[in-house]
Amino acid sequence: MGPTAQAVSFTRTVTTRMRVNGRAMAVTHEARVSLLDLLRERLQLTGTKKGCNEGACGVCTVLVDGHRVNGCMILAASCEGREVTTVEGLAAPGGELHAVQQAFIDHDAFQCGYCTPGQLVSAVACIREGHTGSAAEIAEWMSGNLCRCAAYPQIVAAVAQAAGEKKHA
Amino acid sequence: MRDFAYARATDLTQAVAALADGAVAIAGGTELLNWMRLGIADTDAVVDIGHLAELRGITVEGGALRIGALATLNEIGGSELVRTAAPVLSQACLAAASAQLRNLATLGGNVLQKTRCPYFRVEAAAAGAMPWPCNKRAPGTGCAARESGYARLALFGGTDECVATQPSDPAVALAALDATVHVAGADGPREIPMTDFHLTQEEARRAHPAPGDAASVMAENRLRRGELIVAYSVPVGDVSRHSAYLKVRERESYEYALVAVAAAVALDGTRIRAARIALGSVAQKPWRLIPAETALAGQMLDEASVDRALEAALAAARPLAGNEFKVVLARNAARRALLTAGGVA
Repeated sequence: MGPTAQAVSFTRTVTTRMRVNGRAMAVTHEARVSLLDLLRERLQLTGTKKGCNEGACGVCTVLVDGHRVNGCMILAASCEGREVTTVEGLAAPGGELHAVQQAFIDHDAFQCGYCTPGQLVSAVACIREGHTGSAAEIAEWMSGNLCRCAAYPQIVAAVAQAAGEKKHA
Repeated sequence: MRDFAYARATDLTQAVAALADGAVAIAGGTELLNWMRLGIADTDAVVDIGHLAELRGITVEGGALRIGALATLNEIGGSELVRTAAPVLSQACLAAASAQLRNLATLGGNVLQKTRCPYFRVEAAAAGAMPWPCNKRAPGTGCAARESGYARLALFGGTDECVATQPSDPAVALAALDATVHVAGADGPREIPMTDFHLTQEEARRAHPAPGDAASVMAENRLRRGELIVAYSVPVGDVSRHSAYLKVRERESYEYALVAVAAAVALDGTRIRAARIALGSVAQKPWRLIPAETALAGQMLDEASVDRALEAALAAARPLAGNEFKVVLARNAARRALLTAGGVA
């Protein structure tokens, strides 16, 4: 380390600046807080659910800079300067549902609904990534979202419908 | 999750200095955060390196792929460069975890993940709070996994103390392709062959022979305190271009392997010029089947030759009660991966 190099300074409390569903904000929080807990406990965005809290179920899926990630597996502090989209940010400001949300209703792609917010956000990204060429491809690229009610056939059908609408739009 | 202090490094030099002072690096975070929750990691300072541009990028330089440590598994899996030069690595990255996790998980962190043995991955704030024996979590207490019938335990390199396996998919591909791990540290940069990066339990015991040294069970790789993986280089050629990854698991996606195989084969007509075979989830390191690779040189790439070579090499396996089937599974998976890599299946 050169003589001019500045040592990092560690803090237990940090202020993170980010955009959440289009709104710019700065939140001061404990360094150990996950993005998931920040969204739910500090920003009252409780649409994003907490399931396993270890990256095994996908119910906490959100978009960070457009990429789907598990909200429980990323520190809020690591989201400095980034754009976060949650399930609350999918519908249009006027309340018109996102095509993926409407497709889930059309196909009855849920029973208990607990995994649905994560499925919806994941599906938006899956379609944007172009991983919807076949039912098998959708199933593979949606495998990070578990559904204990096993509505998988309906979920795959809903994603396929929404992907098709996007193609024809 | 335990409390800790946090800092964002502005460059690699700063990050390495923080590591030398005892901080632990976070990038993707998909392992470290769980270690913090379970009590596996006990660190009070976390230095964030996830945004360092100098650790990114996938390029070809001088006949080798160079992959920055912060390249995510989805970036590598989706890279046309990697898909062409080393399909086995592309496939291994996409076979890992889920789409969401692969957007976070980096190649640097992936090879450092710890075993998925459920007796190891239990929440316990301290060694004394473990609900059952685990020599990796509470040295000297014993191993609850060995007699459990749990299948994802080692066939090679285990000891009486521990039979855990390394679960990384990309590491298996990197080992098969003779990749090099590039490391930065307070004492300067260093290179480690991927085949020599991880330690089996037997190797860890040889490296830390003093009686009662916990490192003889807990050491899992050759990274020294304060060192950081910055990149990998993967030789590109006939071998790497004809390669394939096969992951056998209990469900089709989003699951760890029972057995995984990275295979590569360069052909002269119908004869094998060079073969590379690495098995995953059968040892605490990617397990190269060197005797089979040697035996296959000059042979025809067909089922009979491949099975003969594989069976001779797998005779050295030491299965436990409950994972004997993985020896047969490994042979069958390796056969299929080799034939696929050579384009004859």
